[in-house]
Amino acid sequence: MSDPTPRVRRRRSDGEEVRTLEQLLATREIVISCGSGGVGKTTTAAAAAAMAATHLGGKVLVLTVDPARRLANALGLERFGNTETRVPDEAFSSVGVTPRGELWAAMLDTKQSWDDLVQQHAPDERTREQILANSLYQNISGRFVQSHDYIAMERLYEIHSSGAYDLIVVDTPPTRNAIDFLDAPERMADFFSSKLLRWLTAPAKSRVMSVASKPFYSVADRILGSQFLEDIAEFFGLFQTMAPGFVERAESVKRTLADKRTTFIVVSTLEAAPLHEAEHFIEVLEQRNLHLGALVLNKVLPSYLRRTATTGVAKRMVADAPRLAEVLAPSMPGADEAAVGRVLETVGESFLNYQVVAKREAEQRASLSRSPDVVAAVPYFEADIHDLAGLLALGEQIWR
Amino acid sequence: MVPLLDRKLLFVTGKGGVGKSTIAASLGLLAAEQGKKTLVCEVDAKGNLADFYEAGETAFTARELQPNLWAMSMNTEESLKEYLSLQLKIPLIARIGPVARTFDFIANAAPGVKEILTVGKVAYEVREHNYDLVVVDSVASGHIVGQLTAPQGINELVQVGLVRNQTQWMMDILTDPAQTGVVIVSAPEEMPVTETIELTQRLEAETDVDLAAIVVNRVLPELFTEREEPLFEALREPEPVHLLDDALGGDVEPILDAAELAVRLRRSRAGHLATLRRSVDPSLPLIYVPYLFSRTHGARATRQVAELLGEEL
Repeated sequence: MSDPTPRVRRRRSDGEEVRTLEQLLATREIVISCGSGGVGKTTTAAAAAAMAATHLGGKVLVLTVDPARRLANALGLERFGNTETRVPDEAFSSVGVTPRGELWAAMLDTKQSWDDLVQQHAPDERTREQILANSLYQNISGRFVQSHDYIAMERLYEIHSSGAYDLIVVDTPPTRNAIDFLDAPERMADFFSSKLLRWLTAPAKSRVMSVASKPFYSVADRILGSQFLEDIAEFFGLFQTMAPGFVERAESVKRTLADKRTTFIVVSTLEAAPLHEAEHFIEVLEQRNLHLGALVLNKVLPSYLRRTATTGVAKRMVADAPRLAEVLAPSMPGADEAAVGRVLETVGESFLNYQVVAKREAEQRASLSRSPDVVAAVPYFEADIHDLAGLLALGEQIWR
Repeated sequence: MVPLLDRKLLFVTGKGGVGKSTIAASLGLLAAEQGKKTLVCEVDAKGNLADFYEAGETAFTARELQPNLWAMSMNTEESLKEYLSLQLKIPLIARIGPVARTFDFIANAAPGVKEILTVGKVAYEVREHNYDLVVVDSVASGHIVGQLTAPQGINELVQVGLVRNQTQWMMDILTDPAQTGVVIVSAPEEMPVTETIELTQRLEAETDVDLAAIVVNRVLPELFTEREEPLFEALREPEPVHLLDDALGGDVEPILDAAELAVRLRRSRAGHLATLRRSVDPSLPLIYVPYLFSRTHGARATRQVAELLGEEL
């Protein structure tokens, strides 16, 4: 790793098992929050980072892909961009918290990050300008969202190796498949070392038309048109000049993901589909020897909903609603007895409905075949999180 | 506005976790049961379309699951092979193999290629009148604009050649509101609503594809009428609670707590629904699908949602 910056490591005493998110974050430098869409990945990442800055100290960065305006507001920032922005101390003091460290936030701007990469790796001014002006490049960097995957990992590596932060919490991009981003560096390296690229970028004259390559060329030509092939060739020719840098970077990014200072937090709800994806993700992490640090389960319904003893009570409430309304009449003067009966019936029904969901969730949870040492369940927050206080309240639920 | 199921091609999209695939599967089932020959195409390649019908694995080659209901899973490599053999009449599959493999590299570098192979395949089924309706369980809302504009993007990049010739008819189908429509699946929660509103704006600004409807999934029921609400408040007083405990021979507190939770959840969601209604074109159909509490999933849930959609459409 090209990280010579000496840093103060906050290790807990040896032999102590990691049982809480607090312990986990205290021993790591990179935390990657992943899971399927809509499970609260971004909010969880921000809450974890806010807790780390508050309680552990040091410089903590939350790097997010597509933050809601609300999240920026929650962090006390109007908005934040590709460059890291410090969350003002007032945001903390206004909710009565004195953080031990600093909280920073940055957003991933794919286009800007690609441009930065080109700036950095282009061999000379002229090549750089040519790449930036190439229409294919503009398409790839701006239009096609899949390049998010690579850029997210690349930015993470970049920031980590700058040594500017004690802890970086990353929110992974919304990919079709939660593990796509793990493969992104590999795909990039593969691409640059592919035979196709070398063939495309060879000067046209020296392209030896072997018997084997001729059908490919003629087919490709017919499908894409030779002009487009030329454009591709030009683009990749320019890109090729940056290949050594890119391949090396992709390798470094891969190593960073596997480094023991890196851990993954899998976020899910207890619904079937996200949980299924979370399980799959846990398996993949295991196969690749990547560190699974914690599982955070969001929007968990309160446990009282699962009490079996209450089921009978609720059923009787539904069945006996009119009689109960009669019993209640003296304690509720002036109330319409029939209406009270309807309310009781609704209340009972609603409990039974939610009980079905709560039990289904509990079953889902029990069916998890593997889970990490740290499993945190976050109750249903009825209101959305609008400020740092809200983030920290969520953080408290997962921290200890 | 063209009725939803009278169109030929529906792209169902939405933020992850809102039940996009359930709605796509249910729309397909509903159309098939109304007698339309329907193809449901899953593009995410998670291979779980099968779970929604419980009718076995789906593959690139469409399979009839029940009368009029066909299902397939997109595979861009297969799509490319099919395209090559249809367009170039290349007899030797052996020649296509290496081309497809090499294409994968280009496709990964410039993913517009993958997108056009997906859009191209479903648009082709429409062009050939192979089905009355093609329902695409499409990519999530973050990717749908990229997918729908892929033909346009390729069209701008490629000056001549077969691909260029191909993009025009695709664009013709995609931009015809009588044929093609986008269905955004949302949920009455903050992020899905925000993303839905943003997507309606992006579709309008960046594409010429018609937005056909927004389906709001998992709408929680309203527990009490305005008159009933104060009665529920009154029930929470110590005396009624005590009387209820006695009459029912058990603790009613959790039951009342649960109802209060339900009311609060419903209330915060109603606010998001109002925001959504306010923020989109008033003429745009908003279709509400209630939350299913029942202990069902798979084919049963798909059927229930299809029936609910049928009532709304």
